[in-house]
Amino acid sequence: MIPEFEKFKGFSAKNLPKDEPLAPGHRACQGCGEVLALRMVMKALGRDVIVCNATGCMEIISSPFPQTAWNVPWIHVAFENAAAVASGVESARKALMRKGRIPKKHVDILAVGGDGATGDIGLQWISGAFERGHDLLYVCLDNEAYMNTGVQRSGCTPYGAMTTTSPPGKKSFGQATWKKNVPAIMAAHGIPYVATASPAYYLDLMNKVKKAALVNGPAYVHIYSPCPTGWGSAGERSVEYSKLAVETRVFPLYEVIEGRYIMSRKITKPKPVLDYFKGQRRFRHLTDEQISSIQNKVDVEYEKIIKLSEMT
Amino acid sequence: MAKRVGVEVSIAVADAVKLANADVIPAYPITPQTHIVEHLSDLVANGELDAEFVPVESEHAAMSCCCGSSAAGARTFTSSSSQGLSLMSEILYHPGPMRLPIVMVVANRALAAPISIWNDHQDIMVQRDIGWIQTFAENGQEAFDLTLHAFRVAEDRRVSLPMIVNIDGFTLSHVIEPIEILSQEEVDRFLPSFKPRVRLDVKKPVSMGPVGVPEVYTEAKMAHNEVLKASKKVVVQAWKEFADLFGREYHPVETYRVDDAEALLVTMGSISETAMTAVDAMRDKGEKVGLVRIRLWRPFPGPEFRKAVGKAQVLAVIDRCLPPGAVCGPVGEELRSLFYKVPGAPKIFSFVAGLGGRDVTVERFNEIVSKARAYAKKRPTENYEVIGVREQ
Repeated sequence: MIPEFEKFKGFSAKNLPKDEPLAPGHRACQGCGEVLALRMVMKALGRDVIVCNATGCMEIISSPFPQTAWNVPWIHVAFENAAAVASGVESARKALMRKGRIPKKHVDILAVGGDGATGDIGLQWISGAFERGHDLLYVCLDNEAYMNTGVQRSGCTPYGAMTTTSPPGKKSFGQATWKKNVPAIMAAHGIPYVATASPAYYLDLMNKVKKAALVNGPAYVHIYSPCPTGWGSAGERSVEYSKLAVETRVFPLYEVIEGRYIMSRKITKPKPVLDYFKGQRRFRHLTDEQISSIQNKVDVEYEKIIKLSEMT
Repeated sequence: MAKRVGVEVSIAVADAVKLANADVIPAYPITPQTHIVEHLSDLVANGELDAEFVPVESEHAAMSCCCGSSAAGARTFTSSSSQGLSLMSEILYHPGPMRLPIVMVVANRALAAPISIWNDHQDIMVQRDIGWIQTFAENGQEAFDLTLHAFRVAEDRRVSLPMIVNIDGFTLSHVIEPIEILSQEEVDRFLPSFKPRVRLDVKKPVSMGPVGVPEVYTEAKMAHNEVLKASKKVVVQAWKEFADLFGREYHPVETYRVDDAEALLVTMGSISETAMTAVDAMRDKGEKVGLVRIRLWRPFPGPEFRKAVGKAQVLAVIDRCLPPGAVCGPVGEELRSLFYKVPGAPKIFSFVAGLGGRDVTVERFNEIVSKARAYAKKRPTENYEVIGVREQ
């Protein structure tokens, strides 16, 4: 077990922080599941944190100069490099504290980006930062496409989903590839902590983020983030979808602590994936046959993770 | 004052970074910059320099890491060349407007294709408009001095901009030269510790790098341009103080035997020393030839350059960069616009030489001067000419 976790009692409905390091009044869409997740991330981390934000929705909605939604130090440089910027911040603090130029005090370094910034364009920068062992946490807010640029497919877009660059047509059924398993790629770096989370299970999400921050070394949290604008779903249903994705086994919740897979929530009686697809325009065109093939894949992938949790 | 010792120029640059007591050095290997970061890595490993050496996975990550480090308030150094500099290009545009005083030494090298590890200025000319202060060194001593100077200027609160010192790859980076390495005490007198204007600090949160909506973007770019232009004053002041302390003088534009010169060569970087030899030889023959060397490339020292040219009627500008399809080389272009419609302006002829490690010899300078003189009498058909091309 990781010694840093010992003193952490966990968040509960009773001790939920009231402080908002990410202030309201930002410009996110109605029902945005991503900013909801980010708000919880920031509640879990508090104010002793430096945020390195990749280009994307969260950067744009929170920082239109001269306004800012950030009550904590925040830096944005580019799309793909949040992890490298965070490496620099962490290295600078290490050197400056050692040389007595800033007070010796632990500050969490958070790098945060969307699924494009994490699993596609930014993969190398995160891999480098993890391999070098910087003490930082990387949070991916996965809304399953490039939403900021107008809903283009990413490597994290689910199979069959309609986006503006994976449109269904006479010769296409939507996204032709299966969702990239980014948490597994991160876990393969042998970093001490990897987890998946969903904003519907907000205490679980916040506890995981806090654990990722407590870990000495790199940590990664992959958070499912509904996007009503990109998914063609009702804004008021974002939390419901966050729950359905877990209950249908589409998005399993687990931790990988020092290589050991631990299921956060075993779904013994899964709901059919169709329940999750209903009401999302991006899946509306799928045939029964395609849905059944997706159901099979979801079952197989879930079993793999269960097996990993039993093996380790 | 310390005595001069024979030392490889890259090692001297690394020693300057050590004497500057840099805090963070994100680095990625690329020829011919490698000896600089290798030596820095040694110094950190031996405990001679208390810094974080971050062996990043690419040049793009190196510059990204530099941005984070500088924003967190650390004195930050990196070095690159050629393809590596091009790879970091996207991020090179950030620290200027973000006012992050990163210092970088670029060991200038050609750009592919064809791939070439040898020296010219194509790598840095591609990055002309990144909004950094840029100087060019002519020899090893200058590489050492200008590196220290860069920290002093970049971190000056009136400036707070990133700065590049260009040193020619191999012809400077890999040669052993007699160099006076200043003592720590001497460096400390010239270079104060880094006190950033703002930094990422939980006690005083700031948002850095926000989105620039159309209502503010123009003003942000203007502000950056204004401070870059104004930095010239600090560049010159710091050089003056350096001269007062250590006796070596530097100016934005340097001249050599320009008095009464009719024709002037214009150079940047290490070929200037060969050009001086060429000028001496031509003077010996009674030719009224001189040399103007641009040391400060950005911000471009226009008035200083005009003054240096004096009454000379012919300028032979040498670019170490061939921009395909352009009117002429970038330095040539710069000077043509500087003198456009200026009464009594000299005739400017643009030459491209020394690409991908090809030597620019004394004979080539003779050839350039005689061609420029001939063109002054009879206008050439082309806007520029590539010198030293093999016949077959």
